[in-house]
Formats: sequence, C-alpha cells, structure tokens
Amino acid sequence: MLIAGIGASVDLFTHLWQTVLPDYILNTLLLAIIVIALVLLFGVTSAVIVVHTNVYAKQVLRWALLLPLAMPAYLVAYLYTDLLDYAGPVQRTIRAWFAWQSPNDYWFFDIRTLPGAATIIALVLYPYVYMLTRNALSFQDQSILNASQTLGLSAKKALINVAIPMARPAIVISCSLVLMETMADFATVHYFSVNTLTTAIYDTWLGYGDLASANLLASVLMLLILFAVVSEQKARAQMRHQSNRITKPPQPIVLSRTQQILASVFCWGLVAIGFLLPIVLLLLMAIEYSDFSQIALLTDISVNSVKVSVIAATIAAALAVLYSMYQRFSQDKNKHMPMHLSGFGYAVPGTVLAMALLATFGPLDHGINALLTSLGIDKVGLIFSGSIFAIIFAFVVRFAAIANGTVNSGMDQIAKNLDYAPLSLGLPFNKMLIKVHLPILSSTIWIAWLLVFIESMKELPAVLLLRPFNFETLSTHIYQLISDEMLEQGAIGAIFIVLLGLFPIIWLNRVKEAK
Amino acid sequence: MKNKIKTLLTIAISALTLQTTNVYADNEVNVYSYRQPFLVKPLFDKFTEKTGIDVNVVFAKKGMAERLAREGELSPADVLLTTDISRLIELQDRNLLQAVSENALKSAIPEQFRATDDTWYALTTRVRNIYSAKRLGKVAFNYEDLADEKYKGKVCTRSGKHPYTIALVSSLIAEHGEQYTLNWLEKFKANLARKPQGNDRGQVQAIHQGLCDISLGNSYYFGKMLKDEKQKVWADAVNINFPNQKNRGAHVNISGMAMAKHAPNKANAVKLMEFLTSAMAQQMYADMNMEYPVRAGVSPSKLVASWGEFKADSLPLTTIAKHRKAALKLIDQAKFDL
Repeated sequence: MLIAGIGASVDLFTHLWQTVLPDYILNTLLLAIIVIALVLLFGVTSAVIVVHTNVYAKQVLRWALLLPLAMPAYLVAYLYTDLLDYAGPVQRTIRAWFAWQSPNDYWFFDIRTLPGAATIIALVLYPYVYMLTRNALSFQDQSILNASQTLGLSAKKALINVAIPMARPAIVISCSLVLMETMADFATVHYFSVNTLTTAIYDTWLGYGDLASANLLASVLMLLILFAVVSEQKARAQMRHQSNRITKPPQPIVLSRTQQILASVFCWGLVAIGFLLPIVLLLLMAIEYSDFSQIALLTDISVNSVKVSVIAATIAAALAVLYSMYQRFSQDKNKHMPMHLSGFGYAVPGTVLAMALLATFGPLDHGINALLTSLGIDKVGLIFSGSIFAIIFAFVVRFAAIANGTVNSGMDQIAKNLDYAPLSLGLPFNKMLIKVHLPILSSTIWIAWLLVFIESMKELPAVLLLRPFNFETLSTHIYQLISDEMLEQGAIGAIFIVLLGLFPIIWLNRVKEAK
Repeated sequence: MKNKIKTLLTIAISALTLQTTNVYADNEVNVYSYRQPFLVKPLFDKFTEKTGIDVNVVFAKKGMAERLAREGELSPADVLLTTDISRLIELQDRNLLQAVSENALKSAIPEQFRATDDTWYALTTRVRNIYSAKRLGKVAFNYEDLADEKYKGKVCTRSGKHPYTIALVSSLIAEHGEQYTLNWLEKFKANLARKPQGNDRGQVQAIHQGLCDISLGNSYYFGKMLKDEKQKVWADAVNINFPNQKNRGAHVNISGMAMAKHAPNKANAVKLMEFLTSAMAQQMYADMNMEYPVRAGVSPSKLVASWGEFKADSLPLTTIAKHRKAALKLIDQAKFDL
C-alpha cells in the first residue's frame, strides 16, 4: 500500500487538506477517544463487578456480558437509528403523548452524531475489554491482594490500586483491539453520517478514483495506529505481570443494597442495550416481514459463512501460537514485528484490504496462468484471487491481531521459570513446547479461535469484494437488503448471524469456567 | 508439529483453490451487478427459462471496477449491470469494456442512451425528483430553488457524496458553471433542516414527520413507498415534482449494461444483452423497478405513468459525467456533509 501511495496526487491531497481532511482527522481522533473511554468504563467496571463482588445473578452475568459480541456493529447501528431517529417509533410516541409538532418543541438527543456512533460502537466492542480484563482479574494472585489489605488498604482501594493496574496488559491489549476495529469501521460511521479518515479513504478511491492517494491516506491511518500500538507495547515492556497459579479465588466484596441495585442496573443495562433489545427488535421484524421459506436458502448460506470462518480461525490460531512461541523464546531484536504487522491488518478497512489482496494475488494468478499457457497446459483461471482462498486470506490478515493478542497475553501469564524447569530436567525444547506450554495455553488458544470465528462471521466489506460467483455469506446476504434500508426483510438472516455467533460465545465462557 | 501444520495448510489451500466456480462452462453467463440480486433475479430466471443458459451473479456495491481491472484477462465477468452513468463512464474510461455492435441493440436503444462507441447501453431511466409536502400545495420547482432563502430550515437530503447527488451537481455545473454551483451548494447547505443523512426514502419520511418540507429523491422510490405498508403514509404526504419543466427539463440518470472486455462467454452474453432490451424484458425490468423503460414503444407501468408526463433534460449523459470530478471538489469545498 505504501508503495502504491507514492504515486499519490499532490493536487488532490492539497485540495482535501484545504477542505475536509482536517475535519475528518479531528472526527477520527474524537471517535477513537470517546470509544476508548466508553469501553474502559463499560468493560473494566463490569469485569471488576463480576469478579470481585457478590452482585446478584453473578453466574449469569459472567457470560451475559459477552453477548453483544455476537452483534455486527452495522446491524446495531441500523436498529438504533431506526428506533431513535426523529421519525422513529420512540420520538413519534413521545410527540404523540405530549402533542408536540416539530423538533423545536422539545429536545431529544440526535443519534446520528459522532457521540451516537461512538456509543453504538462501544456497546458492541466493550466485550473485548470485559473478557480480557475479567480473565486477568480472575487469575491474579490473590495473595498479593491479601497482602495489600494486611498493609492497610481497604478492599476497594486494593482493587483500584493493585488489582486493576496488575491487569493493565490485558486492558491495554483489548483497548488496542477496540481501537483498531473502530478505525477500520466504515459501515457504521457512514450510516451515522460521521465523516472520518476512513471516509476520506473511500472518497478518494471511489469518488475521485485516485487509488494512489487513497493508499497514501490509508498509510497515514496505519502510521497513527502503529504509533499508538508501539508506544503502548514499549510502556508495557517494563512491567512484569506473570502470576503463578491461583491459590484460591478472590474474596468477593459484599455490596450494600443500593450498590447491588446500581451494579445490577449497570451490568444488565449493558446486556440489554447491546444485545437483548436489538435481538427483540430483530425478532419482531422477522415475525412481521420475513418469508419463512427463506430458511432453506439461509441454511445453505450459513454453511458458507461457517466454512470460511472455521478455516480462517484455525489458521489464525495456529499462526498465533507459532508467533507467540517465537516471541517468547527468540532473542531476535525484531521479534515484535509480526505483532505490529498484524495490528495493521486489523485496522485496515475491509475494502482496502480486499483491494490490497487483489493487487497481490491478481498478478500471482496471472503469472501462474501465463506459465501454464507457455507450458501448453490449459488456463486454470483465478485460483487465488478468484476463489475463497482470497476471502480466507483476508480474514486471517484482518483478524491475526486478535489471535496474536489473545494468545500472547495468555503466554504472558505463564511464569517464566516454567520455561526452564523442564529443560533442566532433560526434556528437549520441542517436546517441552508441546507437552508443557501448549496444554497450559490450550484454553487461550480456544479463545483466540472463537474470537476470530465470530469476527469472520460478521465481516462484510472484504467478503463482498472478494467472493467468487454463487458464493454468498450471511453478511453479504443481509447487506443487500440493509443497503436499501430493507432491514425488515433481512431480519431472519440477521438472527442467523447472531445465533451462530452465540454458540462460540457460550463455548468461550465454558472454556473459561473450565480453567 | 511444524511439519504437521505445514501439511495441513497445504491440503487446506489446495482444497480451497479448487473451489473456484468453473466459469468456462458451456451454458452460463456471468454477471457483475451493482444492482441488488433480488431486483434482477426474476429477469434472469426468465432468461434461463427461455434460453436454458444459467446466469451467475455477483453483487458488490463498491470497487467493482477495481476488481475487473485487477482480474484483467482472467476475469470471469461477461455482462456488467450498473445503476449510475458515472459508473459506466468509469468502466469505459478504464478500458474495461468491449464494443457490442449488434443491430438488435442499436435499434432498440435510442442514441442518447448508449455510448458512441457501442460499449454501453442504458436499460432504464430514472428522474431525480423534488418531493414536496402536500401542505405546500402545487409548486413548479427548479433545482435552483433549493438554495432559495424561503426554504431555510425546510430541506432534507442524502449525503452530498452519493452518486445521485454528484450527478445532479454535475448537471448544474454543465448548465451554470462552477462558481454559480459552489454558491448554490453553500446556500443549499444553509437551508438544510438536518445534516445530510439517510437515503431518499428517509427524507420523505422526515417530510411526513414535519421535520422538513422538500427533499430530493429518485422517481422509483415513490412507487416503492406506495407499495410498502409502512411507507405508504410517507408517500401519501408528498407530491412528486418534475423540476425545471419551464426550462431545460428534469435531470435523469440511467441504469445500464455493458460487456466486459475479456468476457469468456461472449455469445451467451450477447444473448443476455439482447434479451434485456427486448420489449418483454424492458417492460418487466421497468415495471419491477418502477423506472422508465428506454426502448421506444415500451410505456412505463400505469403507476409510473400516473405521475405525469415530463420534459427530460436533453443534455447528453456523457457531458454530465465529464463534470463529476469538479462536482466532487465543489461538494468538498462547500463542506456539504460536515
């Protein structure tokens, strides 16, 4: 992309800079800041509540808080704008009740704004922060917390000053995943009429038809993200966060009545707004509008979605394991490169990534065909760029960061001295990796697999562009309908996506419990 | 372990690449479509019924031209269906099309609705109407009126970056020049009741709710709203106006088709293209989408005809497309969407 960006037009760039680019950049930064602030609020707070307090229905909340992960962000965006817009049912009812006639008669927040978009994105992405933080908190060495309390800190203070800081790597990794996902998002912000840097990239490429400038802008975006990611990793490198196996589960803080209510409202509020309400809306639409004969077609399409997602998840998880082993044991100075590179992949908007892949595999395919022709063999067509290979490659590139981040933080949890004990007992290096590290990592690997699976199921723009004929996935199927604001007809398909995403989430939770 | 993974990966990759659809089969034609499949599928089914040729469709709203360019001579695409003149021009400019000079096509489609070099043909036309609240009564609108102060705070529209808007702005540049159009854009923006958002039907919904009084929208949305239970009330609250009837006429755009440069199933593709211009298909396509058929002698559906006869802007579409980049620049300068 960078190389392609060299050919960028200075004219176009100047024009953009003088007109809309500063606004785009400002919007991008604001969006990022608000989203991060919100996911921290939602994710860390809920994780602390679930791990360290005796909040009512804790066992259910533990996994319920993950549910919003199953919702594609663009879907939630459509549902809420439909619901909360001036012409939507909520405002209409309010106007009817109070006999108001026009927008000047009352104030209602406008959902199609930057804060509105940020809130929706945060509601769908906070489960990453929640999950990784919850994990980290659960596996902290309780004895450290006990020690701090013996030294005079109240239970609450111990949490704030010791437990949360110790969970910092998990929090930061999950925030950077959220940040990258936000940067890559186009569908949601576009629907909310919020113009970000990603809008500029699409504009330049599709509007002005200048792929070179679009590449340049995309590279700028990547550099910003790289900067953020690297500085975060450098800051973290100083700390040591390994903990031994837990001695016993954390002692829950007993909440007063008011605190119970507040905590429950907060947590259940997240689940309701991020998952329950959307799914209810979808069900209502499905009942009213959808054609139940679609179900046979949808089953076929679902198999497609599942197939590519499973393969992508497996490859991504396998690569993540290889990478984390390399990172832990290698003395190479550049060992952090793959992690940074995978961060790129995650932050790249799906369409841009698809273009980059076509640019890479296209020539490859042409080369292969040319070679075959010269050997007198029949052409095989576009075997890389024109088959589901391209889709799977795109998924792996895009979601490698999730897998890497997850497996890495799992690896970080393994005490360093565990690396050397088996060796000193005579076990060869390879066997040690297989027999000692892998089993410990197994649930983390599963988590990485499940996360990539869910994301692949939801991914839209890359698939849209790369798929071969007669290959529909659930996301492309509902997209055709959504793109013409015919969401009602697509409701059943949307429910399918959510259901298929639910299984991994429930599994995810089981895996964690088993730990 | 590493070897096992390597073998697994190799097997996986081979399995995947063999998944490519065999697009060089005898009785097939491959279509890349900007139009949603559910809109074109009934037509293709009819075609398959008549000729026995299967139609494979790929729908992608963005980046189709890029994909074609990258695929080059290995592209499986035969026929391309688009929904805006600018897309056809883009394909033509990037040399992704081939000329189809069949007489059947040329005689069916009037000259101003096909390329001079026979590389693309329009299939239907649509008008960019001004929808106005019924409470305003009957008004003879011009697009230029959207900048008129008397409509301050009363106008709703979709994004300035949307192809439909860009095409309209291009036509204004062709008529009035860039300075005037920039001025018009700025005044238009000042008249908006809310930031540009949503789609054409969403604007009519807003008129129904009293948020604004006039909006821009394509003609076929009126029909679509009338046919939808929930949206019918919106359509009932507005008049559909054909602007500029006292001067140059209403701005029209087209949906069209073209043949890809390296089409592997050329004969089948020609058959499909001829089918799409036949009277029956024209009737079907136009009726389904509530647009105006392009073939002479085919009248629009009753519903569409009921909206009235009108004068269309006779400016060649290719001229409009020429001003596209300038239009985009002006829209950015006016910061229309921000």
